[in-house]
Amino acid sequence: MATDTTIQERMNIVIVGHVDHGKSTLLGRLYADTGTLPEGKIEKIQAICRQQGKEFEYAFLFDAFLEEQQQGITIDTARTFFTWGDRQYIIIDAPGHKEFLKNMVSGAARAEAALLIIDALEGVRDQSKRHGLLLSMLGVKQVTVVVNKMDLVDYREDIFQTIEKEYREFLTQLNVVPQYIIPASAKQGINITKISPETPWYTGPSVLDSLAHFHLETAESEQALRFPLQDVYKFDARRILVGRLTAGKLKIGDRLVFSPTNKSANVQSIEAFNVDPPPTQATAGQSVGITLDEQIFVERGHIATHEETRPLVSTRIRANLFWLGNQPLEMKRTYTLRLATREVLCEIAAIHRIVDANNLDDRQTQSTVQRNEVADITLRTKSPLAFDLYASFETTGRFVLVDNYDVAGGGIITELVSDEQEDFRTEARERDSAWVKGDVGAEERSRHYGHRAAVVLLTGPDTTAKSFLARKLETVLVAEGRHAYLLVGENLQRGLDADLHEMKAEETVRRFGEVVRLLTDTGSLVITTTNAFPQATKGIVQTVKTLVNPIQVVTVHMTKDQAGPQPDRDLIFAGPEDFDVCTHKILETLKQKGILAEPTGSQSAVQFSI
Amino acid sequence: MKHIRQLEDQSIYILREAYKNFDNLGMLWSMGKDSTVLLWLARKAFFGHVPFPLLHVDTSYKIPEMIEYRDRVAREWRLNLVVGQNKKALAEGMNHEKGRITCCTALKTEALKQLLEEKGYTGVILGVRSDEDATRAKERYFSPRDKNNDWDFRDQPPELWDQYKISFPPGTHIRIHPLLDWTEINIWEYIKLENIPFLDHLYLDQGTGSRYRSLGCAPCTSPIQSTSKNVDEVIIELRNSKVAERAGRAQDEGRGMEQLRKDGYM
Repeated sequence: MATDTTIQERMNIVIVGHVDHGKSTLLGRLYADTGTLPEGKIEKIQAICRQQGKEFEYAFLFDAFLEEQQQGITIDTARTFFTWGDRQYIIIDAPGHKEFLKNMVSGAARAEAALLIIDALEGVRDQSKRHGLLLSMLGVKQVTVVVNKMDLVDYREDIFQTIEKEYREFLTQLNVVPQYIIPASAKQGINITKISPETPWYTGPSVLDSLAHFHLETAESEQALRFPLQDVYKFDARRILVGRLTAGKLKIGDRLVFSPTNKSANVQSIEAFNVDPPPTQATAGQSVGITLDEQIFVERGHIATHEETRPLVSTRIRANLFWLGNQPLEMKRTYTLRLATREVLCEIAAIHRIVDANNLDDRQTQSTVQRNEVADITLRTKSPLAFDLYASFETTGRFVLVDNYDVAGGGIITELVSDEQEDFRTEARERDSAWVKGDVGAEERSRHYGHRAAVVLLTGPDTTAKSFLARKLETVLVAEGRHAYLLVGENLQRGLDADLHEMKAEETVRRFGEVVRLLTDTGSLVITTTNAFPQATKGIVQTVKTLVNPIQVVTVHMTKDQAGPQPDRDLIFAGPEDFDVCTHKILETLKQKGILAEPTGSQSAVQFSI
Repeated sequence: MKHIRQLEDQSIYILREAYKNFDNLGMLWSMGKDSTVLLWLARKAFFGHVPFPLLHVDTSYKIPEMIEYRDRVAREWRLNLVVGQNKKALAEGMNHEKGRITCCTALKTEALKQLLEEKGYTGVILGVRSDEDATRAKERYFSPRDKNNDWDFRDQPPELWDQYKISFPPGTHIRIHPLLDWTEINIWEYIKLENIPFLDHLYLDQGTGSRYRSLGCAPCTSPIQSTSKNVDEVIIELRNSKVAERAGRAQDEGRGMEQLRKDGYM
């Protein structure tokens, strides 16, 4: 082993393949034949084997749990370290048993390259294919295939070629080109650390030498900037935005836009502890902290980019998803979707088909996705999601679904599916980009007014006293000294909308939304109802939310019917209610959401997370 | 040193995920080289601040220099130090002569369990590394423990990309392992790179031809023969060594670690 070279880089490699095809044996052999094992390790395992009357196997070196050694299988992924040349490898031994697929996926998700093992005697099996499919979904693009146990087929070239042809064809369908396909015998040490005379017909490298041909991906730093915010810190006078750049670069002075809110500001500094002189730029892979020249509203989950290269935004995405949950993935159930640092609730809108790893062409339709299946689906998120297509950006193009406390599935985004808000979203983005600001910022207004700008939108059928409650709320808020304004939709009809024909419902809604947006820019609490739009109640809530984004919209639904279907609102008042109680509940909600500071005059009671 | 910065970026990301997602968070600090690097990484992640308590499980048998160092660093770095101890077991005279596993279980595993219960921590950050021991090689970055502190290694949750287990049922807690991908050599390379203050009197040869490679309780930890007098020499020594790091730690004999860790040991 080269002991005195300086390590220049590190790389994660995963070993995958069907159960019993010899993954752990290959790993053990690789360590033993390169002299990388700790002193006495082989002797110790040999002694245990003698005691138990078993034949020594290299696989025992890394199957740590008693149970793994007793059953002769790997249960969970093990990370082992291996230094060769100027590289430090972390080799991840993933289990091949179908039951432990989630452990295999956990191991492979960390890898930059994979060794996929196929037993020469058994040939290509279920998990050989499933692992290949998952590797491509997990983003492991570099694969070398090892056809193991060649000793059991007398090192026959024709058997090797049959497997090579079959597996190469399979990988081609996944757009994966294997770097090498190596005939080997881990047990006998053939073609593992050096080329052996048993396979004179093979001209490629040994398994060990093939590792050096995997290259480290550095392409991310050449891409457009993607900086998903992880948190905002205020430990001292600095307000530091932290996160890890998943693509591209940023430097002091860059103008950043945050999606999906479209807020923008310039990078004022890059903060670091024990770094002298302080950094002036950052690149993909780095965990950094920055400050901005303007106190805009940003929070965990927002993705910062440069202005011209923003991510996509929608509430609908199409994706390829693998499911690992104990319960099947079902339509109409709510899951938590996590993409980079963003967390949003979602539902499965459609399951287009189940992808069969054994036969990629044969796709079947089902209403659920079972554990260990891969499916082509459309997802609907509860609020707009900023994302990329996986083909363009790896990290912001993939997500996980959380079910019942656990990560239960992972997906890669293949397509943006337009939703009905697409046009309004574009309008808001273009308007906000060009918006000319005065010298008074939102934070300054908040500090003086004792609240943040927000919208209270009352919905519900006719004659539920929406407008009565809205008036009462305005009166109470103004009496408390808040800047509140009741916007009556009908008032727009004779002025702003005087040029519109009655049929142009969509345009009246758009103008209404823009007026609400303008009023919130004054720092006001805007109270309004859907009374002026009896035809468009469902769409109007979404449209107002899209047009005022990222200002909060508190939705209050009023109905006379206690048993009827209740829409998705922040507050619901069903049946006859005491309006003082209703008003109080709305005020409480505004406080909970951090919109209102406590009405004591001490305006610092609420931490404005602007 | 690019590979060390990659490890640093990953560990800082994990620490920030932990801080964001766990309301009641603590970090174990044994004053050893690993948990001191972890503490340093926290100062990097939070720009000189350490926004959660440092927990030390004191068996009362630690090497005295370790306690002096602990109190001095805690003062200088303004740390919120919380010390836990199984006072009942100590009062009953627990020591390693009653059996090493028995002693470790009482004074470390049990003491830790008491400390976690008393303070209600839902997230505990530890400096364990994959290359220390074969069971630690199978850990997750965010690893759940059940109500009895037990580790169910048969059924670990999936960990995909940088998405960790940050939600959990009441009564359970998560162990967080930001140093999982670091090796012993990486730790020393980072100590050198960042010039981190460490227990040099114990970790380096002071002219006696021996030094500690791993620190624990005085009766159960032996120094190794070594003439490494500075960090560079330690790194060269380790590159040429084939002896396991914890060879000087008596409790690791046989299947000790698997049983200890299953029951909640670090």
